[in-house]
Amino acid sequence: MLTLIKDTLTSQVVTLWRVFSHLWVKADTVEYPDEMPYMFPRWRGRIILSRDPDGEERCVACNLCAVACPVDCIALQKTEDDEGRWYPEFFRINFSRCIMCGFCEEACPTNAIQLTPDFEMAEYERQDMVWEKEDLLIDGTGKYHDYNFYRVAGKKIGGKDKGEARNEAVPVNVRSLLP
Amino acid sequence: MTFEVGSGLSIGVILATVIVVAAMLIWVERRLLSFWQERLGPNRVGPFGLLQVVADMIKIFTKEDWVPPFADKFSFVLAPAIIMTVILLSFSVIPFAPGVGVVDSNIGVLFVLAMASLGAYSVMLAGLSSDNKYALLGSLRAAAQMISYEVFMGISILGVVALSGSFNLREIVLAQEENGWYIFPQFIGFVIFLIAGVAESHRLPFDIPEAEQEICAGYHTEYSGMKFGMFFVGEYLGLVLISSLITVLFFGGWLGPSFLPGIFWFALKSFVFIAFFILLRAAIPRPRYDQLMTYGWLFLLPVSLLNLLITGVIILSTS
Amino acid sequence: MAKIVIDGVEYEVNPDNNLLQECLSQGLDLPYFCWHPSMGSVGACRQCAVKQYRDEDDKEGMLVMACMTPASDGAIISLEDEQAKSFRSDVIESLMISHPHDCPVCEEGGECHLQDMTQMSGHNYRRYDKKKRTHRNQYLGPFINHEMNRCITCYRCVRYYDDYAGGTDLSAQASHHHVYFGRHEEGVLESEFSGNLVEVCPTGVFTDKAFSQHYSRKWDLQTAPSVCVGCSVGCNTAPGERYGTLRRIVNRYNSEVNGYFLCDRGRFGFDYVNSRERLLEPVKRVDNTGELLADDEIKAVIKEFSREGTIGIGSPRASNESNFALKTMVGDENFFAGYSDSESESMAAVLTLASDKAFHSPSVRKIEEADAVLILGEDVTNVAPRIALALRQSVRNKAMDLASESRIPQWQDAAVRELAQHERSPLSILSPAVSRLDDIAADRVIESLPALVAMGHQIANKISGSAPAATSPEHDAVAEKIAAQLKGAKRPLIVAGSSNGSELIKAAANIARALHEDGEDAAIDLCLLVPEVNSIGMGLMAAEENSLGVALDKLSSGAAKRVIVLENDLYRRAAKSQVDSALDKAEKVLVLDQVTTATTAKADVILPVTAFSEHEATYINYEGRAQLSFQVHQCQKMAQPAWRWISDAAHIDDLVERCCSEAPGFAKLRDVLPGENPFIAGMKVPRQSHRYSGRTAMIANVNVHEPKQMEDKESIMSFSMEGISAQKDPSIMASPWAPKWNSNQSISKFQDEVNGELKQGHVGSLLFEKTASGSYFDVPAVAAQPSGKQLHLALSYQIFGSDELSARAEPIRERMTDAYVGICPEDAQSRGLAQGDVATITPTGAPVVVCIRTGVKPGTALLYCGDANISPAEFTGLLEIEKSAAQATSRGISSLIVSDFQEEEI
Repeated sequence: MLTLIKDTLTSQVVTLWRVFSHLWVKADTVEYPDEMPYMFPRWRGRIILSRDPDGEERCVACNLCAVACPVDCIALQKTEDDEGRWYPEFFRINFSRCIMCGFCEEACPTNAIQLTPDFEMAEYERQDMVWEKEDLLIDGTGKYHDYNFYRVAGKKIGGKDKGEARNEAVPVNVRSLLP
Repeated sequence: MTFEVGSGLSIGVILATVIVVAAMLIWVERRLLSFWQERLGPNRVGPFGLLQVVADMIKIFTKEDWVPPFADKFSFVLAPAIIMTVILLSFSVIPFAPGVGVVDSNIGVLFVLAMASLGAYSVMLAGLSSDNKYALLGSLRAAAQMISYEVFMGISILGVVALSGSFNLREIVLAQEENGWYIFPQFIGFVIFLIAGVAESHRLPFDIPEAEQEICAGYHTEYSGMKFGMFFVGEYLGLVLISSLITVLFFGGWLGPSFLPGIFWFALKSFVFIAFFILLRAAIPRPRYDQLMTYGWLFLLPVSLLNLLITGVIILSTS
Repeated sequence: MAKIVIDGVEYEVNPDNNLLQECLSQGLDLPYFCWHPSMGSVGACRQCAVKQYRDEDDKEGMLVMACMTPASDGAIISLEDEQAKSFRSDVIESLMISHPHDCPVCEEGGECHLQDMTQMSGHNYRRYDKKKRTHRNQYLGPFINHEMNRCITCYRCVRYYDDYAGGTDLSAQASHHHVYFGRHEEGVLESEFSGNLVEVCPTGVFTDKAFSQHYSRKWDLQTAPSVCVGCSVGCNTAPGERYGTLRRIVNRYNSEVNGYFLCDRGRFGFDYVNSRERLLEPVKRVDNTGELLADDEIKAVIKEFSREGTIGIGSPRASNESNFALKTMVGDENFFAGYSDSESESMAAVLTLASDKAFHSPSVRKIEEADAVLILGEDVTNVAPRIALALRQSVRNKAMDLASESRIPQWQDAAVRELAQHERSPLSILSPAVSRLDDIAADRVIESLPALVAMGHQIANKISGSAPAATSPEHDAVAEKIAAQLKGAKRPLIVAGSSNGSELIKAAANIARALHEDGEDAAIDLCLLVPEVNSIGMGLMAAEENSLGVALDKLSSGAAKRVIVLENDLYRRAAKSQVDSALDKAEKVLVLDQVTTATTAKADVILPVTAFSEHEATYINYEGRAQLSFQVHQCQKMAQPAWRWISDAAHIDDLVERCCSEAPGFAKLRDVLPGENPFIAGMKVPRQSHRYSGRTAMIANVNVHEPKQMEDKESIMSFSMEGISAQKDPSIMASPWAPKWNSNQSISKFQDEVNGELKQGHVGSLLFEKTASGSYFDVPAVAAQPSGKQLHLALSYQIFGSDELSARAEPIRERMTDAYVGICPEDAQSRGLAQGDVATITPTGAPVVVCIRTGVKPGTALLYCGDANISPAEFTGLLEIEKSAAQATSRGISSLIVSDFQEEEI
């Protein structure tokens, strides 16, 4: 009985006091439309497609973002330029379905798809929340400045022949039997 | 028409004030909670968000008034009316100040307890008529909880009744003028009454009948629009009622230094308890249902009986 | 049965197999690269290392390659042993040293055996920090992409291409870590089975070029079990669709039919489904322009054609259901066969023989078991390519026998080949020109067609004296030898077909009957090839006397007023003048077809018909095997299955049921239906994979409010990713997938045992009942001999081009030639023709390219009719060739791949 009373005093009453004492603490609320909150760079907001340091589209249409997407709101189609570079023919995100989970960014092997701190995406028409590649593609590298997938990959593209990628030897002469 | 106990003006003013206060509590509670949680709370509608109540009322009145097709329509509509009625009736015996009140009943305490018991019907009917398993579970919990805690509530006030020698609430206040506030001799009675009061009005932490996380919204799961609004306002009315009773029974009602009118002291004291109830909501988590029942029957009941026994012994030995 | 212990668990295994095969048969995960279920073991990649213990007391054990170790009784092995695991992980680490960082831009990604095995072995970080070796790629033709950087040198490609499929132009080059798999120079891969490299290569060195043009990942393709409509073999395929277009076809395992491999016509010949030549709207002809038909107009048309005086012409490329619906609409006596009259004759012979107890029509797998083969006048590689691949395996039976004698397990591929060298089971080819199977032929005779018929009868007579005698003096010795080979064989096989009339079929039947009489009454394998996917179904459906010629005469004479042509281009089946007069005379012509043809140009009303991937249908292959092909995707426009236009049947199952009970010979057709509902709670089998992506965005550009999933009332499959996974029932599984196994190699998880039947498998339903016992055919009268400049005619077929529909596919078109006439240098010289000249042929006067080939019988002209302009029905045995004034045709014959092409000037 005594312990119970003691517990009540030390636990419940102290709790009550602690909570009550918050009356003198300044509120954390940021009054958003009047005042813009600070958005952290890694905030998971509106999705963009970035370009590599050479200014080319980073997306290689590998479909990994689409398959990682838990709400299946990304659809794209691979196509290829004359010199073998893969890129998306179309790239569509249905933002009315997007849950900003960032799995697409996580899955992206080329750092092409990135989430940005912009969260002000409300629309009056739901149809306006379907974004195509023209809407998504930005002119910069986004959060990751140096990565260029095709400089690492072995595939030949315009401006990069076989053996010119990072850490690659010049192509083998198959007619030679020298070691 | 004069402003005296039982006059039409008095009744009208009290009814209006009580309902307005209960409605305003919607805003007060949200603001206080947010202060304690380091937020701002509703501050957009009107100055300091005061008109939030108006906004809420407009919303609640314009919502679709929906009766589920599977519900028992009569009792479904009746249930929220009962809770409003019984709580408002309870206010009729509260002595707000000298000359301010509805009736001066000499069974005031018993009347309040009786009305509180009737409140259980409202919750039972709401749960049963909804034909919804969550509502039924909620109403079962509510019935058990209200009936149990009424026992301790009644016993806890008996000490005060014994000291004052009257069931008339106005006389209990007047008795405190002579003997001092009953909070001092009846501290244990006060604590028990406080706890039972929370349980009776199923406020947090004892909102087990409507525990959102477990049973959706309990007995009022199926309610919407103003019928839900009546449960909602009814809860705040209950809060005001319990605070007023505490003030009357233990803190000397309208009594206070005479530079302010008695009604002001009554309001101030009551508001302190209202705020305290809101603080409880902000700070204390909800116990399990079985813990609540065990606590009542195994702890509160013996303590309140003991309190009554000791009070009786002291009264007998001093007279 | 032998008992072996794997990681402490005892398993019953087949001691004739190796450990890897048995581990996989038992459902265990053991990585491998160089081993392939149909190609045996060479132990090249060292990836399947396991620990083997001498006995129970042996705690040390030793590492062995599971694929090179027999599953002998009492073997104790461990897959989970630390040393074995680290060995496997080290091996894959070294294999990956130069593997490029390509997965996102690699067509194999997501169904890559190398990805799977790397994950399984646990390698994930490249510790080797030196440079990666690189290779230059080659152009390998319109089918295959080459990306040599990705190679892990498992040698599967050359083992498949050279050893299994008999190709000569893909080889391993260079040495040590420079090893390179490619051609000696850039150019089209010559083998007709090159497409299988895509599936054989465990990584992305060889990928599907046509698929890459409109690439989608494996998990994004909507697939369903389908049947190839390219020829009469009926290989099982898995077409994949995305965004409304058909993207690719891959092999679907069927133990009795195609096993693991397809031909390139089947794999790359589907593109016509997406083509602009497709008919997609019902139209009527008004003053030579098409006008869209309204619904009630269509009803009126169907009503009009239901009246007396309408005849129907079926089609060997339409499903049984469509043919049957037409037959019921016009009545049995007004339903006519949709192939040429000469084919009608052949078909009559084929169907008579099909019910004969003396013969057995072998499945592709049974063909692989033959130990002496005679091909009589048929160019198998170009008519039924998958059978040519099976025949290549049959000649290895000699090697297998030799291996058994020397107690070498049959799966020891390198050892068996080394032992056998050039020893092969006898395969003899009698044909008017050299063929693509000559390299494995023990004997070959090149003769004119009448002489081949005579020789066939001569062989029959030499096997059994009771067969009618015929003489062919110059080949007596060869005939004697072939007769002896066939007589001595345990499982002889005679292959013939309807390519060049019924006489060769009859001669082949006589040989088989002679063998049957000679042997102990065992049914003799007689494989009779027919040209199209449902030729047999069509043959069963149409009465024998209702040939196309009769139908056309009826129309020309006015005995029939209206005609319904079902999925058929009559100009390919009969002489132009005959078809012209019939269609001009007919009051009204209704054509139901998938694509525009010369016949649709003559139609008054055209109703669009769905392609093979857009409807559920049954087809009957050359051996009478009925198979069900599911719908893969919906037709985006107004095309419907033909039967839906002309019949009031609500459901395909109803038609199949009616067909079973009403059409003779179809009684067992219902066996191919998957049954009422094999799944719990009415759930359907999803066509989409469990990781199908983009559902909420695919058509969001049209309308963000997603429509309801399309319902499929026809079949047990649904157009969604919900339901009972097809993995639960491999018989309706189009795209095999198992946990950890994303590539097609996961098929071993669904087989009873490696190379066995699929679990719950359905291999189709054989329709023919063996009831009749027939007698020998007579030797035909001596055929007309060529006079003057005339030459014997032999029709020639091309894998790329002879099939009407696949010839409209873009990749196939790149490999097609124009119509040509193949003659020997002497005949060319005497007519003043040079290689590549354009010549005209009499009687039609059509232009053809002259193709001078040293392997053509002098006095015989091989005529390949091309994809559109010449009908073989115009000719009767003899033709004349003259140099034409025109000197160029659009394609020429540059993409013709034959071994005897005359290179130098004559």
